[in-house]
Amino acid sequence: MYIIIVGGGKVGSNLTSTLIKMGHEVTLIEGDRDRYALLEETFEHVVRPGDATELFVLERAGVERADLVVAVTGDDEDNIIVCQVAKEKYGVPKVIARVNDPRNQQHFDMVGITLTVSATATILALIEHELPQHELVTLIDLKRENLEIVEFAIGDGSPAAGKFVRELNLPSRSRLISVTRDGRAEIAIGDTQLAPGDLVMAILEPGVEDDLKHQLMPA
Amino acid sequence: MAADGHDLAVVDEDPEALQRLPEAWPGRFIHGHGLDTSVLVEAGIATADATVVCTDGDNTNIVIAQIARKRFDCPCVVTRVLDPARAAFYDRMEGVQTVCPTTAAIDVMTDAICATPGRSSTAA
Repeated sequence: MYIIIVGGGKVGSNLTSTLIKMGHEVTLIEGDRDRYALLEETFEHVVRPGDATELFVLERAGVERADLVVAVTGDDEDNIIVCQVAKEKYGVPKVIARVNDPRNQQHFDMVGITLTVSATATILALIEHELPQHELVTLIDLKRENLEIVEFAIGDGSPAAGKFVRELNLPSRSRLISVTRDGRAEIAIGDTQLAPGDLVMAILEPGVEDDLKHQLMPA
Repeated sequence: MAADGHDLAVVDEDPEALQRLPEAWPGRFIHGHGLDTSVLVEAGIATADATVVCTDGDNTNIVIAQIARKRFDCPCVVTRVLDPARAAFYDRMEGVQTVCPTTAAIDVMTDAICATPGRSSTAA
């Protein structure tokens, strides 16, 4: 694959080395002159200087034949513009963007950048995952498929505690995937009986979270 | 715009920006960043007839303009984009008008140059 990476910070430069090792053709674009000089010592012709939100910079990097553009600068607006231009003007089949401020996630969604990576959001989800008595936690957000995989704990007061999966009145656009008890996971089937303390994974369409919570969590 | 009697709200992340407006300026001033939708809502974007986006960052402007258009359905969105190439690309987007001061300045300067007779014609 031919991959263009925009932003040569820690994320961008490590991504570049990894992808080169995997045998991909990579161009790394860095806007800061000093940083570029530093990267050039390691990456030589692979790194190019310039502001990738300027169209000619992307064009000279060969955006028209790129299979993938990854925007990982520290500036959300720049990441949005790079991905939007790559996709809409140059027809790049796949774009991935880094979200620095989770509050800007909605803006990436708005312009149709479905593949985003947010360190803050990921760490937050991990923390929530580790906390006892957590609420519904989104583990994977499959934007293109319009599905989410979530996890939640069955608490003592849960209306689902003691019930079999087949007895639950789950929202039609959701399914339970697995039940983890004492560190061991099993696929959730109709005969699976839920108990307080169980960790349950479910797949659902966005919008039915509240219905699902209502069925499985104490009011 | 204020002199023409329009109802205005200005958003700026620098509270000092208010000082640049005349004391008797009738509009509202909202301190905050234009990418923050709650700030835009406070400024009344949901009912605004027009949104003008003119921060000093092209990319910030383009993103805010799209928020005004796509999220808040603002009927008229005008934004400043200094880079002619980006201005031309985003000007094609439905419902967003870009104004490129660079192109405008080049046009005015070219007109001024062309309107002046050169040395050869004065010499002749």
